Amino acid sequence: MSGHSSYTPSNGFSRWLDNRLPIVRLAHDSFVSYPTPRNLNYFWTFGGILSLMLVAQIVTGIVLVMHYTPESTMAFGSVEHIMRDVNYGWLLRYLHANGASMFFVAVYLHMFRGLYYGSYKAPREVLWILGVIIFLLMMATGFMGYVLPWGQMSFWGAKVITSLFSAIPIVGDSVTTWLWGGYSVDNPTLNRFFSLHFLLPFMIAGVVILHVWALHVVGQNNPSGVEVTDVNKDTVAFTPYATTKDGFAMLCFLIFYSWFVFYVPNFLGHADNYIPANALVTPAHIVPEWYYLPFYAILRAVPSKLGGVIAMFSAIALLAFLPWLDTSKVRSATFRPVYRAFFWILVIVCLGLGYLGSQPPTDGTTFVARIFTSYYFMHFLVILPLLGLFETPLKLPTSIADAILAKTGSAAAMGHAAVAEPNTKG
Amino acid sequence: MLKIKIALFAGFVAVAGALSPATAQEAHHNLVPEKQNWSFSGPFGTYDHAQLQRGYRVFREVCSNCHSMKFMAFRNLADKGGPEFSESQVKALAAEYKIKDGPNDAGEMYERAGRASDYFPWTFANPEAAKAANGGALPPDMSVLAKARSFHRCDWFPCDVSNALLDVVTQYQEHGPDYIVGLLNGYATPPAGEEIAPGLNYNLVMPGNKIAMAKPLSDGQVDYTDGTPKTAVQYSRDVAAFLMWAAEPKLEERKKTGFRAMVFLILFATLMWFVKRRVWADVAH
Ligand code: HEC
Ligand code: HEM
Repeated sequence: MSGHSSYTPSNGFSRWLDNRLPIVRLAHDSFVSYPTPRNLNYFWTFGGILSLMLVAQIVTGIVLVMHYTPESTMAFGSVEHIMRDVNYGWLLRYLHANGASMFFVAVYLHMFRGLYYGSYKAPREVLWILGVIIFLLMMATGFMGYVLPWGQMSFWGAKVITSLFSAIPIVGDSVTTWLWGGYSVDNPTLNRFFSLHFLLPFMIAGVVILHVWALHVVGQNNPSGVEVTDVNKDTVAFTPYATTKDGFAMLCFLIFYSWFVFYVPNFLGHADNYIPANALVTPAHIVPEWYYLPFYAILRAVPSKLGGVIAMFSAIALLAFLPWLDTSKVRSATFRPVYRAFFWILVIVCLGLGYLGSQPPTDGTTFVARIFTSYYFMHFLVILPLLGLFETPLKLPTSIADAILAKTGSAAAMGHAAVAEPNTKG
Repeated sequence: MLKIKIALFAGFVAVAGALSPATAQEAHHNLVPEKQNWSFSGPFGTYDHAQLQRGYRVFREVCSNCHSMKFMAFRNLADKGGPEFSESQVKALAAEYKIKDGPNDAGEMYERAGRASDYFPWTFANPEAAKAANGGALPPDMSVLAKARSFHRCDWFPCDVSNALLDVVTQYQEHGPDYIVGLLNGYATPPAGEEIAPGLNYNLVMPGNKIAMAKPLSDGQVDYTDGTPKTAVQYSRDVAAFLMWAAEPKLEERKKTGFRAMVFLILFATLMWFVKRRVWADVAH
């Protein structure tokens, strides 16, 4: 989207269209001639995978809506109707339910990739913040979707999470009543969650377009973290290079996804959600879906309810400030040995929080969750700002081509595949 | 780097230590149900249709006296990948029931013989009646019961995590039927000193060890005509298999479709990998 366009309309019709709506040019510049750093590894394929998953969720979701009934006495039965009577209904539903989990697997890998390679640093701050917004919208969508089958976990999960808003001083209770559309989680709650669950994915799609736009303005980061200096030496054209690599990665991801859909479709869910919602019976142990568990652990780690809610939301909001919290000029952890160690500690802490979120709270788990929660915030608020000032990074390669040279040890074929079109960006 | 690794390991040990007392407090001396051999487990699993037919018999003669199964219609008993009763058998099975229908042209409700298209009727008029007949406890609907129960083989770190990962890799999804078999055979005399309120029964598998349902199965209770042993254990396995089918009637179709999808995706991915390698062959990266 930046730089010269290399698109040449090949016939009368495409010339005619190009002068009126250069949409083919847009697609060509974005997905064919677009220069991508040649040293990208497979962690850069998750953006494409995420786009695929968004489309998959929307397509399966739209068909599910044709058979689903958003009414509290009929919702559970309509999901069973989908599973039993609708042609390939079981497939649609398992694709959709497991698709949500796969979406989060991909987004977490995508985000940790960004953390590792410093992809949030200038000039990619807006790109990163748009990503954080997508993540928030995904969390909201997944939460509301999980309510729709109206099982015990749907109901009680909705109850626990919406009740959090009652912690807000003064207006809290009114806000909760307003969210519920009554004095408890009931049919009006289900109806509005259904409406929003339908809407939000399209908002996500909108923000994804902005996200990709921002990406195409600033260009992709890469494992070396140094910017593109020479388009001919440092980049290759999106097609066929990135398309084949992304295509291969997507297929591998689909195999992983299929394993869950076809062989263990209920593993990521909770058995209690096959019990119809019952306001009078509280499940022994209310747990959210796995992808919220680290945040749920943070929520429970704080002794006060309001404090917990604030901590939980700040844990996500904090990410938006990352470009300014990290003071290091060097992007990639490859050249920041100390940061690299802290990165892995953060990964372990996040996994640990996820585990703790799944456990019934006891003195032991709460104690560890408090340490991990403190560490999570310390990582972003103390370690990252200070590390940039004190850490001595390794020597950076002068260019991407240089970095590849150092890795492969041969100059062979360098510059040979300079298929990317000349570009003003650098 | 070594120092960091040692520190990480020490941290891990400390965390595991802090988590383990949690389990000691939590323990409700529950027996972990045994893993059964199911014909429908694994990537190529299919239901044993004769077993489902026997399981239906047990359900029909014993469980359905208290439990409903409202998402199941008689016609489903003839579905492919189910008990696969013949059409005429299904008709006969449905006709054993009286179904309340109506209103007719005169505005009156009437009773008629069941048809294949009818859903399984319930003995009780409503949940209140069911509760009243069962000492205040509601027998849960059985349509998805086999997916609505699960258990953990251990609840201490890291055994729980490794078991979960193992379940995904080995495709162990039969927690529900294993639980049901365990529950049905888990009745025992309470240990000395344990008070059991009237109307409750001691069960090793039920969470909390107390269950309102009296032991429903005993040897010889249901007549089998195919020579299968008429024991309570055999009944429990057959009825659990039947309940799994009721909860997941498309299991066979799912696993068959899954195999085709996997073969297709793996071939396609392999092909793509070669294409990708060719494309990148002359580019250092
Ligand atoms: C006399 C009535 C009666 C019969 C017959 C009966 N049940 Fe039950 N069942 C109940 C009641 C009541 C409960 C609820 C128990 C409770 O909540 O404590 C129950 C609960 C259950 C549960 C759920 C236990 C749990 O984990 O919550 C299972 C599984 C079950 N029954 C299986 C069966 C099977 C299989 C049969 C047939 C072989 C059967 N029942 C026959 C009355 C009955
Ligand atoms: C961002 C993309 C989406 C995510 C993360 C998502 C997530 C979820 C989740 C977690 C469930 C519960 C599944 C279950 O346990 O049964 C669900 C259900 C549902 N979703 Fe979505 N969804 C998305 C997009 C959509 C879209 C676009 C639609 C329709 C326009 C839709 C319609 C439905 C319906 C009808 C259900 C209820 C049926 C069922 O429970 O299987 N979803 N969704």
